[in-house]
This record gives sequence, C-alpha cells and structure tokens, in this order.
Amino acid sequence: MTAPVRVQLPASLSALAGTARELDLSVVLPVTQRTILDALELAYPMLRGTLRDQTSQRRRPFIRFFACQQDLSHEAPDAPVPADVASGSEIFMIVGAIAGG
Amino acid sequence: MAKVRVLVGTHKGAFILTSDGARAEWQISGPFFAGWEIFHMKASPVNPDRIYAAQNSDWFGQMMQRSDDGGATWTAVGNKFEYEGETGTHQWYDGTPHPWEFKRVWHVEPSLTDADTVYAGVEDAALFRSTDAGQSWQELPGLRGHGTGPDWQPGAGGMCLHSIILDPSDPNRIFVAISAAGAFRTDDGGKNWKPVNRGLVSQYIPDPEAEVGHCVHHIAMHPAHPGRLFMQKHWDIMRSDDAGDHWHKISGNLPTDFGFVIDVHAHEPETLYIVPIKSDAEHFPLDGRLLVYRSRSGGHEWEPLGNGLPEQNCYVNVLRDAMAVDQMESCGVYFGTTGGQVYASADSGDHWQAIVRDLPAVLSVEVQTLP
Repeated sequence: MTAPVRVQLPASLSALAGTARELDLSVVLPVTQRTILDALELAYPMLRGTLRDQTSQRRRPFIRFFACQQDLSHEAPDAPVPADVASGSEIFMIVGAIAGG
Repeated sequence: MAKVRVLVGTHKGAFILTSDGARAEWQISGPFFAGWEIFHMKASPVNPDRIYAAQNSDWFGQMMQRSDDGGATWTAVGNKFEYEGETGTHQWYDGTPHPWEFKRVWHVEPSLTDADTVYAGVEDAALFRSTDAGQSWQELPGLRGHGTGPDWQPGAGGMCLHSIILDPSDPNRIFVAISAAGAFRTDDGGKNWKPVNRGLVSQYIPDPEAEVGHCVHHIAMHPAHPGRLFMQKHWDIMRSDDAGDHWHKISGNLPTDFGFVIDVHAHEPETLYIVPIKSDAEHFPLDGRLLVYRSRSGGHEWEPLGNGLPEQNCYVNVLRDAMAVDQMESCGVYFGTTGGQVYASADSGDHWQAIVRDLPAVLSVEVQTLP
C-alpha cells in the first residue's frame, strides 16, 4: 500500500536531481520521514547522502523538515507524519537551514 | 592547433575556461553546480574528456560528478565514502582523541593508465579509490591504519588529504600529503605506507623534527624525475631527491616562505613556481603586491615575477590546489586567487594576465593541453 505525498526540495537539490522543486511521490505506508526519504532516494538516487547519512541514516545537521506549520526535524524517523501530509493535502518541506551563505 | 582547457573549482561552483594555443583569448563556461563548493576537478590523462569533480556543501554533503564529454554534461556518481574497519581516532585541535569522520573530498587524482580508476583524498584524512569511474569508492586503509594515525591532527582547514601524486615510472608508488600530518609514501600500490618527513622542521609542534605532525601544504613532482619532490610546507620550501626519504630546505632568498601552492615547469624539471604569502596569520601577499616566485635552479635562488600582476593593495590568497601548468611548448602557468581571479602566463611566468576575474573564491585550478 502506498500514499501520495507531496515533497518540496531545496533549490540546490532540485537542480542536482534535474527536477521540479515540488514532487509527487508514492510512499509506502506507514508514511514517515524514513519512508518519504526512501521513496525520494529511490526516484532520485543522486540525492542519496544529501539529506541523511548513507550509513547511519541520521538527518544531516543543516537539513530541516517542515509541514503543517510544524518543525518535524526532531521527530523520530519512524514516527508517522501528520495525516495531512500522508494524504497529500499538505506538502512535506525539506529545507536547508538558514545558516549564512 | 593545440588548445588549453582550464578547470576552475570555486567556493560557489565550477568554471571551464578554454583557449587556443596562443592563450590570449578565453571562453568561459559555467557556473556548473552553482552554489556548491567545488574543491577540485581533474581530467583523466587516458581520456581527456573524462573529468571528475568533487562537489560539496555544508548543507547537503559530498557529491561526486563525472563528465565524459569535456565538461559539457555531468553525471552524479557514487558519493558513499565509508572508512574501512575500525574507525579509530586522531588528535583534535585541543590534543584529545577524536573519531575519524568523513567530511569532504579535497582532491581527485585520475589514474595515469586507466580512465575508470580515480583516487580521492578526503577529510578526515584518508585515501579512497574507485575502479568503476566513480560509481563506488573503497578506502585504502593501510594509510590511515599504518600506525601514526592517532597522532595526526587537523590544520586550520581541517585534517585533509590534499595531495596525491602517482609515480609514472612505478604504478605501485603513490605519494600523499596531509595537513597536519605530513607526507606519506606507498611502494606496493597502497597496501603499506610510511611517513616520509625526515628533514622537515616545524617549530609549531612539540618535537620540531617529529616523524609526523608537519603541516604540509602541497607537494609537486616533475613526471620525468619521479624521485624528486618539491614541497610547500606551512613555512619552508623543501626538496627531496630520494622520493621523500630525506628533505632539505630550498627557501633561499625568498622574502617569506609561507604559502600554499608549488608547481614545476612542464619541460624544465628544475624550474619551480610558488606564490609567497606573508605569514600564517596574514594570508595575503607581502606588502599587498602579488608576486609569483620562480627558481630555475631547483630552489635556493628565486626571482619575483610580477609583470601583469597587481602591484599594490592586493590581499588575496592562493590556495594549495590552485596552481597548474600546461604542456604547451612555451609552458603556461596558471593560478587562481581567493579574490576570484585566474591569472595565466603563456611564457613560463614572464608575463601574466587575468584570464577571468570576479569569480567566487578559487579553490583549485587544473589545466589540460588538448590536441
């Protein structure tokens, strides 16, 4: 079973992947940060390692996840994301942290 | 007529500059990978249209790119750099043990004989190799694990393996240099390594003549004389005539021997180029005047070359991988600055011109001479 999830990439990564910033992904249930990133990396293998460490799977320090006006960055990778993200009505935003530059 | 292709890595993207053999007019393409740090790009000597690029971002980590058409198009290749076996620790800035952590690729060195084989020098210092054109990378763990690794410490720029020299006369011999550990050599293709730092003297470490701990900034070799190495150390210009087993100082009459780059003329193995920098605290040219210094005698005697370079109010730096030479009959010399200029001389350094200016800070310069 899968769910339609909308994801927004930082501009640098959409350029790297050669795709639009907003993507429609088919994500295996349950929809979590991990399954969203799994689907994203499956569709765009060049993004492996840019959002999370390829070995430890830990989120890179300057990557943030926002959705539904919430900062989900510190949620557990296997915690379900908000229902509105899992239903595709709200976008899952992948953001490069504001840190100068 | 032969042409020249200059590969420029900058703080915010890559640029490719091309010219004919006259090297007077230049075409500039880029930025490629805009917004990303391009620490280094280098082409395969076996297939000159194959270029490898190390692309990095503090946000998104390490990417590796490969072009098979001279830089017109690029493909993201493997970016998984995983240390082999026990990770271990090196010294942190404060002298405490710190676990090895991969941060970025500083230097790519394509094989001299196989276009699919390429080496990568990384931070925290280690040497990786790919034999499938960059799709996958394997560490050569004998370097990091040969015994002195726990004593290595980062220089100001990080603990980076920044220089890789493949010996054209012996496929099993490789030289690398690490800040701030020193120079190392393998004679068996990368299985076993040894420090080659005898003769280096560094007053900023407890034992100035220690086996490791020296902040080597760059090493260079002329391919016709593979046992003869030249080094820009943190301070000191050094020379070895026995493949690094012994070094001696050749700073001679230089006004300052701090700096980052060093390179050798394409056809004159005793002609060297450096860009002296005022000091370790003041990373800009002495008296605000940008000068390349050339020795035609393998060191000791140096002459300033400034024809066409800024004569005043110049406070840029020239980073360790930002100088290269071409193979034209009249040897071209190139270097890039942190102010975004790339300067070139088509006559071995006698006259210079900025072939591009106002780029982002230049991190690396490599040159290809093409038929």
